[in-house]
Amino acid sequence: MTVRQVGEPDAAKAATDAGPSAASQPIDLRERNAGKRRARRREYWLFAAFAVPNVLVIAVFGIWPLLVNAVLSFTRWDFISPWPIFVGLENYRWILTSPAFLSVIKTTIIFTGAVVAASVTIGLAVALLLNQRLVGRNIVRTVTFAPHVLSGAAVAMIWLFIFDPNFGLARILFDLLGMTSPNWVAQSSTALIAITIVHIWKGIGFNAIVYLSALQGLPTELYEAAEIDGAGAWRRHRALTIPLLSPTTFFLVTVETIGATKAFDIIAVMTGGGPGDATTVLSWFIYEAAFESFQVGRAAAGAMVLFITLLGIFAIQRRFVERKVHYQ
Amino acid sequence: MNAPIIQAPSGTRRSSQVSGRHIATSVLHYGLLIVVALVFLVPLYWLFTSAFKDNTEIYQWPPVWLPSSLDPGNFVRAWQAAPFGQFLLNSALMTTVGTVAKTVLACTTAYAFVYLRFPAKNVLFVVLLSAIMIPGNVSIIVNYLTVSGLGWVNTYLGLIVPGIGSVFGTFLLRQHMLTLPRELLEAAQVDGASHLRRLVQIVLPISRPIVVTVAILAVIDEWNSFIWPLIVTNTDSMRTLPIGLYFLKAEEGGVADWGLIMAGTVFVLLPMLVIFLLAQRFIVSGLVSGAVKG
Repeated sequence: MTVRQVGEPDAAKAATDAGPSAASQPIDLRERNAGKRRARRREYWLFAAFAVPNVLVIAVFGIWPLLVNAVLSFTRWDFISPWPIFVGLENYRWILTSPAFLSVIKTTIIFTGAVVAASVTIGLAVALLLNQRLVGRNIVRTVTFAPHVLSGAAVAMIWLFIFDPNFGLARILFDLLGMTSPNWVAQSSTALIAITIVHIWKGIGFNAIVYLSALQGLPTELYEAAEIDGAGAWRRHRALTIPLLSPTTFFLVTVETIGATKAFDIIAVMTGGGPGDATTVLSWFIYEAAFESFQVGRAAAGAMVLFITLLGIFAIQRRFVERKVHYQ
Repeated sequence: MNAPIIQAPSGTRRSSQVSGRHIATSVLHYGLLIVVALVFLVPLYWLFTSAFKDNTEIYQWPPVWLPSSLDPGNFVRAWQAAPFGQFLLNSALMTTVGTVAKTVLACTTAYAFVYLRFPAKNVLFVVLLSAIMIPGNVSIIVNYLTVSGLGWVNTYLGLIVPGIGSVFGTFLLRQHMLTLPRELLEAAQVDGASHLRRLVQIVLPISRPIVVTVAILAVIDEWNSFIWPLIVTNTDSMRTLPIGLYFLKAEEGGVADWGLIMAGTVFVLLPMLVIFLLAQRFIVSGLVSGAVKG
């Protein structure tokens, strides 16, 4: 009894002192929810502080340009007059009918096709070679890969000197054959070949390294079984290595295709799109149309062609990889 | 680990049967190895030696393989022909600031996407990833308009800011952070460590190889970038090394002064070559990680 009498006011006092948190359950829950909400709001703010600068830069300089570019592709503009003039499908009509643009597309396809085919197959060959136990293979691997990280402008400068018809190293090969060296970058017949060679040279190391890491992950048992069944080295390559590497091949084909369509610095330094339009690929066309001829609308339409093509390549690659490619 | 095709030709297993065919394969392999090495070494060798040759040696046929002296004359001339000191400073500034900003942003963004709540976080991440599909060449026109609207043409801001967003770096770090044990972070939370502290003292130290990889890939991108600095700068005082080299050659006109240009090329190429040789492991793993996961 006494305990109760003493205890009751105490409990009441404690309840008021400690505020709502120590009181009955409904109030307690509400308070805890408010606390949770505050914590969550703090977390949102923190998320914003952590992520927004990056997201903002990507949105403004990575995603937004595509939308505006799409709009610009329906206009005529020279950067100087106050507003772009809406011209509807005029730029796209030009793109589909103009021999100049068709030549750009043709050059882009030849260049991209040659770069992709050569750098992927030579890359595989180099990877197979580097996969053998050979003394010095690590040094060769390093040497092969180095150009991939070097400035395209600098690499282009080296090769421009090598392709010099009078004093360049490439002349050695022609002297051996008893021929005169072509004036590589000054002739339309050879300029595209020259920039293609430089691109391939720069890209082989990357392809070789990716293939090499794929080769080292191949299942040993299959090869042992094949060897027991009497399959020779060549047969094992054809029946096992190439199919097993097909996911890697498709990955590299995609990456190299995208890389080749980005080609810019090597072309800028070596040929500037010329002679004539012999090395004007799509990316050079976009730059030249916008920043040298000030035909912003045409350049924007060219950029849309590039974007849609790449989107198509992504889509094909995804479907192809899902359906046809052998996974281990 | 290695497939038999690796072991077979080396002949360790059947050493008793070392045959003529075996030796032939070996010779073939080493022959090819040497050819590959030469194809990649000779152009670089040619660059470095030509940079030291005087004009009589450069314009001589058959080619002079060893320059008669290590005369730095071409480097001095190149340094005087164009403000390479300024180009170097601009490149160094762009690379340093750009790399630090890009790496820090990639780390904080990845942490936020893995450990913090936010409405529609996953949708936001997908939108972010979609930017990978939009190639830089498509964006240059509008980016030029944006930067000129901001009054940033021919400024360091214009040169650096558009490039500091990093989709691939964020993606790489996020994938890595998702694999880290949750208990570690929960323990830190119980100890009352703030998110910033958890990021800096726990997540980043155990993610160091990935962070270094992201940073090195950023260095390569920034140092070598070409089309954007070409568009956004218009005076020598703002140009970066590759752009300076490009204009140096353009100003030389038809008859190129190859000794001078090779020296300028060394200025552009050498720093990255050194970084590559020092950080090879991270560069290769970084570039290949896209392949393995892709």
